[in-house]
Amino acid sequence: MIYMDHSATSPVDIEVLNAMEPYFVDSYGNASTLYSLGREARRAMESSREKVASIIGANTDEIIFTSGGTESDNIAIKGIVYRFRRRGNNIITSNIEHPAVDETCKYLEKNGFEVTYLPVGKDGIVNTSDLEDAISDKTILITIMHANNEIGTIQPIREIGEIARENKIYFHTDAVQSVGKIPVNVEELNVDMLSLSAHKLYGPKGIGALYIKKGVNVEPIIHGGGHEKGIRPGTENVAGIVGLGKACEIAENNLEEEAQYLTTMRDELIRRVLSEIDESYLNGHPTKRLPNNINFRFTGIEGESLVLHLDSKNIASSTGSACSSKKLEASHVLMALGLEEVQAHGSLRLTLGKENKVEDINYVVESIKDAVDTLRKMSPLWCQAEV
Amino acid sequence: MYSEKVMEHFSNPRNVGEIEDADGVGTVGNPVCGDLMTIYIKVKDNIIEDIKFKTFGCGAAIATSSMVTEMAMGKTIEEALKISRNDVANELEGLPPVKMHCSNLAADALKAAIDDYKKKLTAKE
Repeated sequence: MIYMDHSATSPVDIEVLNAMEPYFVDSYGNASTLYSLGREARRAMESSREKVASIIGANTDEIIFTSGGTESDNIAIKGIVYRFRRRGNNIITSNIEHPAVDETCKYLEKNGFEVTYLPVGKDGIVNTSDLEDAISDKTILITIMHANNEIGTIQPIREIGEIARENKIYFHTDAVQSVGKIPVNVEELNVDMLSLSAHKLYGPKGIGALYIKKGVNVEPIIHGGGHEKGIRPGTENVAGIVGLGKACEIAENNLEEEAQYLTTMRDELIRRVLSEIDESYLNGHPTKRLPNNINFRFTGIEGESLVLHLDSKNIASSTGSACSSKKLEASHVLMALGLEEVQAHGSLRLTLGKENKVEDINYVVESIKDAVDTLRKMSPLWCQAEV
Repeated sequence: MYSEKVMEHFSNPRNVGEIEDADGVGTVGNPVCGDLMTIYIKVKDNIIEDIKFKTFGCGAAIATSSMVTEMAMGKTIEEALKISRNDVANELEGLPPVKMHCSNLAADALKAAIDDYKKKLTAKE
């Protein structure tokens, strides 16, 4: 199978798996205990914390382990707005966020908060002057994703962070898709909080981290035994944490080389599809996008059918986000770009990974051509387009 | 999430295409929702002797279109009118619940094609 859905999840790197293995059966100690077995687990955890801190340029005491991106987003957003609700009730976000942020904001709207959803341009990027206009004395939090999960566009986080600092507003970014793919440095990006997840960078599912800048205090949203400074209590997932650390270490060491490799494959695939298939388009910005993200749309056909056809040719792809495949509505991200619903329904996301091979590109392009052709032949919309 | 029967019809759809001198044509759905289908019928002596479809939509939309054409072929107009959305879904060994409402439009398209045929017949008389 040719797996091209790495933004949904990625395979666990064998080195990561090997690093995790001892922490299930041999070094199974509870990291909060005093005896050597526990201390062993604690040491592994703290060494992992260093690796996670390193890939985003943070200090080790600024990293909280969580169960993944969704939990990190929830802790960051609810943790700030619950704590500072006396200062104001406004949250600013974008209209292309992942549901982990979007649904959290919608929940808060039902509970007395007011949320401003910034629009994006046709290229999928937030305009910082819109942000400046949206800020009021009631704004307590800005949360804008680093790179979009569907169209891969990279937001001007550093500039947004500067604006947040000048206005003394907390700033959180969901960097689940960007960490390990492009350089991420919390100091340079001016962020107060940043979410990341292991399974997007060849680590295991169910483990992630939240960076919280020193001096920023969030209200815990779950309560328990005081683990992770009381911000994320619960017996530590030591094996998962070790896996996350190893995944971050490998990703940091290979970042530049891998980004170059993925970008070359991405651009070749885009070039060939756009030149060889009539009425095919690229969604999102041509260059300000993740090295591994491709999001096409094809006139006259529907994305799910295309994904199923490609599956029959042993290619794993998606229409948008993995989460949206159970819903029937057109992607809110593509709609935010100003596309018509019928256009948004015709999208195909391919997200590449390090195990993809340059030699596979030809087969993938030919398979897409074949599938698009088959579906257009049976589409009443494509006939109309031809006339 | 799809049954094998759905995937089989999706992968090898029956009766794809148009009938140029069709006796009835019916289009239902809305591309805004992601589904649009047109069914063409050729009727002789009150029997559907040919039927074809064109569909824009998801796997379920294509499979139901294919299935309804197979079910209606050779049937009398009265028999064909009795084919319901549920009959189509059952013949396909079920559809995911989320697809039952939105993408299960093929029976409606068949009815629309038959209505069109009847209208044309009345106009001729």
